[in-house]
Amino acid sequence: MSRLWTMVQRDLRLALRHGSDSLTVVGFFVLTVTLFPFGLGPESNLLERTSAGILWVTALLASMLSLDRLFLSDYEDGSLELMALTPTSLEILVFGKIIAHWLTTALPVIVAAPILALLLHLQADGFVTLLLTLLLGTPTLSLIGAMGAALVLGARRGGVLLSLLILPLYVPVLIFAVGAVDAAVQGLPVRGHLLILGGLLLAALPLAPLATVAGLRQAVE
Amino acid sequence: MSFFSQRFANPTRFLRFASAILPWCAAGTIVLLAAGVYFALVDSPADYQQGESVRIMYVHVPSAWLAMAGYATVAMASGVGLIWKHPLADLTAKSASPIGACFALLCLVTGSLWGKPMWGAWWAWDARLTSMLLLFFLYLGHMALLGAFDDAARGARAAAILALAGVVNLPVIKFSVDWWNTLHQPASVSRMGMPAIDPKMLLPLLLMAIGYTFFFATVLLLRIKGEILAAKIRALRLGQVQAARV
Amino acid sequence: MSDYWAMGGYAAFVWPAYGVSALVMAALAVTAWRGLRRKEIDLAQLQAIRQSLQTPIGNEIADNEILGDKRS
Repeated sequence: MSRLWTMVQRDLRLALRHGSDSLTVVGFFVLTVTLFPFGLGPESNLLERTSAGILWVTALLASMLSLDRLFLSDYEDGSLELMALTPTSLEILVFGKIIAHWLTTALPVIVAAPILALLLHLQADGFVTLLLTLLLGTPTLSLIGAMGAALVLGARRGGVLLSLLILPLYVPVLIFAVGAVDAAVQGLPVRGHLLILGGLLLAALPLAPLATVAGLRQAVE
Repeated sequence: MSFFSQRFANPTRFLRFASAILPWCAAGTIVLLAAGVYFALVDSPADYQQGESVRIMYVHVPSAWLAMAGYATVAMASGVGLIWKHPLADLTAKSASPIGACFALLCLVTGSLWGKPMWGAWWAWDARLTSMLLLFFLYLGHMALLGAFDDAARGARAAAILALAGVVNLPVIKFSVDWWNTLHQPASVSRMGMPAIDPKMLLPLLLMAIGYTFFFATVLLLRIKGEILAAKIRALRLGQVQAARV
Repeated sequence: MSDYWAMGGYAAFVWPAYGVSALVMAALAVTAWRGLRRKEIDLAQLQAIRQSLQTPIGNEIADNEILGDKRS
């Protein structure tokens, strides 16, 4: 457990030192959401109906931005090979990296989301559900994304390839998250949607790191 | 399992096996597809509602089935390759992927052609077409990952993990797309319906489906043979370089 | 007869559907076949060269080394 915490601290320190990843992700999120009214027109009815989808799709794309660098710097300077050799299981290290990544990229997005939702005229009933879906959904995105990042380590054009790989896997999370917010806005129960999102997260928690570690091992061997 | 691994691990034995059954696969393909097309286009009834456009079903549905069976092939070969490291497994996955991807694409194109007269639009986010679109992306990702590394073995292993992740996700994707579609069902879009199956429609459908399967097997065997020969060529060239250095 | 080709008005959809299917499947088969033929020719040429070189090491490449069988 303490090793997990050490890993999180290490990555957090590295991320804060550079700072650019956090800003890139949340900056992309804010700027892209702001573009939509220009593209769709300022009419508040249309924005209100599409706000949940716009917010979630943009959050999803933003989360993909920094993923290919998740393991890259460690891979390139050799620390990944060292980590693979340590007695600490690679799963714990992977978990630590994912937690640090989520804290530095998803959390700012979750903080920015309500403000942007205001701009897009999301109805009041949807706000809490929006935050809940982001809290339940973005860890799943980070988990799936980490698997993708491990698979494209050292590949040509890894960034674009990563997006292609994980896009189909992201779709279920997107569908149920937006479904939940839309249901909340219409006054319908959201418990089912949130349970499914929680189920997706619980399924991803053991499986994604398994695939990630497999990917990392074949990257360093 | 060990029967297969012993019998086919030796590439020369596999080549002999493939060469022996290829003519039968090819012949079966031609006979079944010829019969299937005849019954599909000539000797089967038009549908009460959809008219003659229902004949597109006989190329659309087998494509869908083969696209899914192709991915199952890729996933199984990937699993065998990762777990038992059977040497032909990686080659099977690499060879099957483009064939399955083509069937997925054909399914989408024929689906559009089938749907246009009914929906009035070239595309509808129908649950089955959308799932097939995502499956097509899974194929593209698999093929891209295979070729993205200088070291082909590395690409094969990464793609194998991706294929397994994809096959685990496929039911989840199918379920969520089905749910999403019922939620947003626009009133004007009728479901791309399989017509009530007249038994006389079943014959061409089955003939085409089995014919497509024979076709898949034929092309797969041809490609695996090609991959084995390519490996032999590489080994020979390497051997020549080493010999020349002496 | 032209009634048949018209496919009850759906000709613009039915024939392209069959056409594109035939085209794609033919392309798959042809590329697989020609790729295989080319490799067979290359292999035959390489083996002929090897015969004529009579390499001193006599490196018979074992069958299980061709595919890098890591299990043995």
